[in-house]
Formats: sequence, structure tokens, C-alpha cells
Amino acid sequence: MDTSKIVVEATGLTKVYGSKTAVDNISFAVDRGEIFGFLGPNGAGKTTTVLMMLGLTEPSAGRVKVMGLDPRFASIKVKQKVGYLPENVGFYGDLTGRQNLLYVARLNGLTDKVAHDRIDRALDAVGLKDEGDKRAAAYSRGMRQRLGIAELLIREPDIVFLDEPTLGLDPDGINRMISLIQSLSLERNMTVLLSSHQLHQVQRICRRVGIMIKGKLVAVGTIDELAKEKLGVEQDTFTLEEIYMKYFKEA
Amino acid sequence: MRGMWVIYRKELADHFSSNRFVILFALITMVSLITTFMVGTSLKKELEGIARPSLVFMMLFTSTGDLFSLAQFIAFFGPLIGLVLGFDAINRERINGTLSKLVAQPIYRDAIINGKFMAGVVTIKIMLLSIVLLISGLGLFTLGVTPGPEEVGRVLIYLIISIFYISFWLGVAILFSIFFRNIATSALAAVALWIFFSFFVTFGASLAANALVPIDQNQGADAEKLFDHAQVQKAVSLLSPMKLYSDSTSTILDPMRKTTRSLILIGPMERVSMDRFNRPLPLGQSILVVFPYIVFLILITLICFAISYLAFMRQEIRSG
Repeated sequence: MDTSKIVVEATGLTKVYGSKTAVDNISFAVDRGEIFGFLGPNGAGKTTTVLMMLGLTEPSAGRVKVMGLDPRFASIKVKQKVGYLPENVGFYGDLTGRQNLLYVARLNGLTDKVAHDRIDRALDAVGLKDEGDKRAAAYSRGMRQRLGIAELLIREPDIVFLDEPTLGLDPDGINRMISLIQSLSLERNMTVLLSSHQLHQVQRICRRVGIMIKGKLVAVGTIDELAKEKLGVEQDTFTLEEIYMKYFKEA
Repeated sequence: MRGMWVIYRKELADHFSSNRFVILFALITMVSLITTFMVGTSLKKELEGIARPSLVFMMLFTSTGDLFSLAQFIAFFGPLIGLVLGFDAINRERINGTLSKLVAQPIYRDAIINGKFMAGVVTIKIMLLSIVLLISGLGLFTLGVTPGPEEVGRVLIYLIISIFYISFWLGVAILFSIFFRNIATSALAAVALWIFFSFFVTFGASLAANALVPIDQNQGADAEKLFDHAQVQKAVSLLSPMKLYSDSTSTILDPMRKTTRSLILIGPMERVSMDRFNRPLPLGQSILVVFPYIVFLILITLICFAISYLAFMRQEIRSG
């Protein structure tokens, strides 16, 4: 594999909270421009892994490199290149969607002129053009998630980490979210790392997946590779769900 | 630095547009106006016929009128301003899910707490400054006396001490908002601490003094013992920021006060000789008397902020 293509690389990454090992010695690499899916049940250590990649949590052992930088020492530089959409992303309810975006733009050092320009385009892209001047408290869950994506768009990062982006959305909201995530990768050349336990959607957009169970990364590879390894089939008859359940039962 | 200014600007805008600020400001302004008006009218009556009244302007702040003096009111309720401005500074962001987003922006983490603290302090400054100016203006109207440079100096120093005093409580509130995830808990804990330090430490002081240096009422007063008793009581009561504040500001505001001690053991001859020199203290001397108090007040404010800073920098940020 061409190493210059790798944008995120974890080696032996471990996080221990007291007596509980949240992330247990995991290693993986993500290539530029791909959509990588982190799968696993709740509490498998997906969020902790993402936080370590952002430098928001110190690894107990091992290391991670993001765009060739160690988030522990170059946290600000990493955060300039990485956009993060947390699970249950929050907004200031008193401010409008547009004001929320402007705040983030200012925190990223954009001038107000550039910011307004990007905000207009981002709101358009996520389909919130008409809702931009409503107070964020009045937004539905789907709208909040899309506002979160708009926030990533105005920051224009190289990599985005999405933590459970489709959680709690209705089917229509899920579809819109999925196609937005896809467009981040296809149209804007961003590398996308998303964690989810909604396998059906992950299967639709991810090139490669990593399956995490109880802090361990039990499998990494393309969906086809994993299917061949675990189910022994090569045709399109399998679903990611079957592969996942197989791993889950083994663990 | 950039992140801190952005956060500071947003927090300041939040403070000024929030209902709680409007309510608090309205309440304090109202009380200040009423007390000043009453003090003003009663002073006017008292001063009638006195040829050259001195130090009248300072009495606006220290004279109790019918209820309480303005300085007492700020000592009592000032902490509430700090608490109200800060009790949900961090935990509200945590509950809203905006904290994990904020720390993921390319800013240093301390920018968040610095920006919030600064915005709170500036809000306090604006509040106090406008109240003091209001009172001075109203005083000019009702009394018709203009403050001299020394009086202006005293009011300015009073203002600075008050800002530190209220900022201390802002620091306490922010500290609690870091430690407690629940907004109601942090608010209650902050109010409990305020009540404890403001009211119970004074009781505790006399309890401690009675326990350590018991004074038998039946025996004649032993000067040594009385003195020790007073010393213990004073040492314990100085644990209360309110005591520190009211002692230092009353000396600053009232030039006739020459010491912060409440108990002065002097003989009758000594008293006569003291009375001969019963002139107001110059400003510099007043400051000298309360300088340790002011230093201590600033110190606890800084320590409180430093603890918040460290706690926040070390805290895990989790979205869930």
C-alpha cells in the first residue's frame, strides 16, 4: 500500500479507564478520500477511538497519526484539518442556524465575509436554505444533523469524523444524511470516518469497514473481503448484518 | 488568542441578552436607587444648618438610612450576581452537546474557560460601574455636593474591590459548573457555599472563639483573654469573603474609620488623646489599613480561577 495515501493510522491504540479497557490495542489505517465505517455495538469504544484521533483524550498506549501529525502534540493543527460531528451534536438554541454556523466559522478564524459566503453555500447544500434564520431550538433532529454537516462544510476539513450520524433519524432523514455523507467524499474529496451500528446504511456507502467489539477491532477490510473470510461467499447475496452477527457471536 | 476573543464576544452577547441579566440588573438598580434616595433625603435633613459638612459624598454609600447602606447591600447580594452569571457556564454546554463540538474546533481548550470568565468579569464591571455612576448622579441631585478628587479615588477603589469580590463568586460558580454535570446541583451548591461563607462563618467565629478562649462572665474581664478572644474570632471570620469585603470597603468608604478591628482596648486618657486627632484619614492611609484584605481578596479570586482552569483542562470531554 502506498503510505502517502494513508491519512489516519493507528498502531496499538489503547485506552484504559480505571480497570476497564475501553479500547484494546487496535491498529488500522484509512486511505485518502475513502469512506471508512466503524461498526460495533454501543460501548464498544468507537467514540473513545475518535476522541483519541482528535487529541481530546490521551491514549494509554500506542499512537495515532492524523495527516502525519500526532494529535497529542499538534492538537490544534490536527483539529484544523479534521471536522468532528459528535453523536447528538448540540447547537445554541437561542441562536439561529446561521448564527450557530457563524460562531463556528469565527472560531476557525474565517473572516465574516468569507464565512457568510460559505454559510450560504453550506445551508443550500444541506437543504436548510429557508430554515437558516430560524432558532436552532426549533430544529428537528434531522435538521440538526444536517446543520452539523453544514458546519463541517464551512470548515472545509480534509477528514471528517462522524459519530453515529444517522442515529434517531426517520427513513427519509437517513437517506438524506447518507447521500450528504457520500457527497462529502465524492464531490469534496474528504476522507470520511463514520461510526454506526446501523449496518444497512454503512453497507451502502462504505468502502471498508472495521468491526469493533468490546474495545477490540476484530476485523478490518472491504465488505467483500470480510464476507469471503467469514461466510465463504463471493456473490452479492450476503448482507453486512450477517457478517457482523457472526463476529459478534464469536466475541 | 483568537478563539478566546470569539468566545468572549459570544458570551458577553449572551449575558446581555439573557433574561436573568435583565432581571438581576433591574433588581439591583431598583434597590440602589431606592436606598440612595432614602439616604439622600435623610442626609439632607441631618445636614441642615451645618456650615461646612465634610465627607458627605461618601455617606451616600455608607449611611444606612432606614434600611441598609448600599455597601452592605452589595456585600450581601453582590455574590448573587457572580453566581447567577456563572453557575451553568460549562455544564450547560455539556448538556446541550455543544462542549464536545467546541473543543473539537482548532482553539486551545483554555480559550473556552478564559473567554467565559472574562465575559463574566466584564459584565460585572459594567453592572457595578453603571450602578455607582447612577448613585453618584442621584447623590448630586439630592444633596447638591460634588465629590472631590479624594472621594472619586475612594469610589474607584471601592469599585475595584467590589469587582474582585463578585468575580470571586463568579469563579466559584464556574468551578461548580465544571464539577457538577447537573445545572440545578451546581446552582444549589454555589448558593449553599455563599450562604455558608456569608452567614455561618460569622457564627462559627464566635463559637470557635468561645471554645478556644472561653471568657467567664462572672470573673472580671482579663484584658489579655479578651484580646485573645477577639483575635480568634477575627481570624476565623476572615475566612468569609463577605467579611473581608465589608471590612475593607467600609474602611475605604469611610475615612473616619482608622482600623478594621472591632475591639480596641484603650484607656480613658488614651481615648482623650485619640479624640484630639480625630481627623479623617487620607486616602493613602485608608488603603494602607486594608491593604492585606485587598490582597487576600484578589488572591482567593485568582486561586479560585486557577482551580477552575486546572479542573477544566484535565477533565474528560465526552459527548454522551
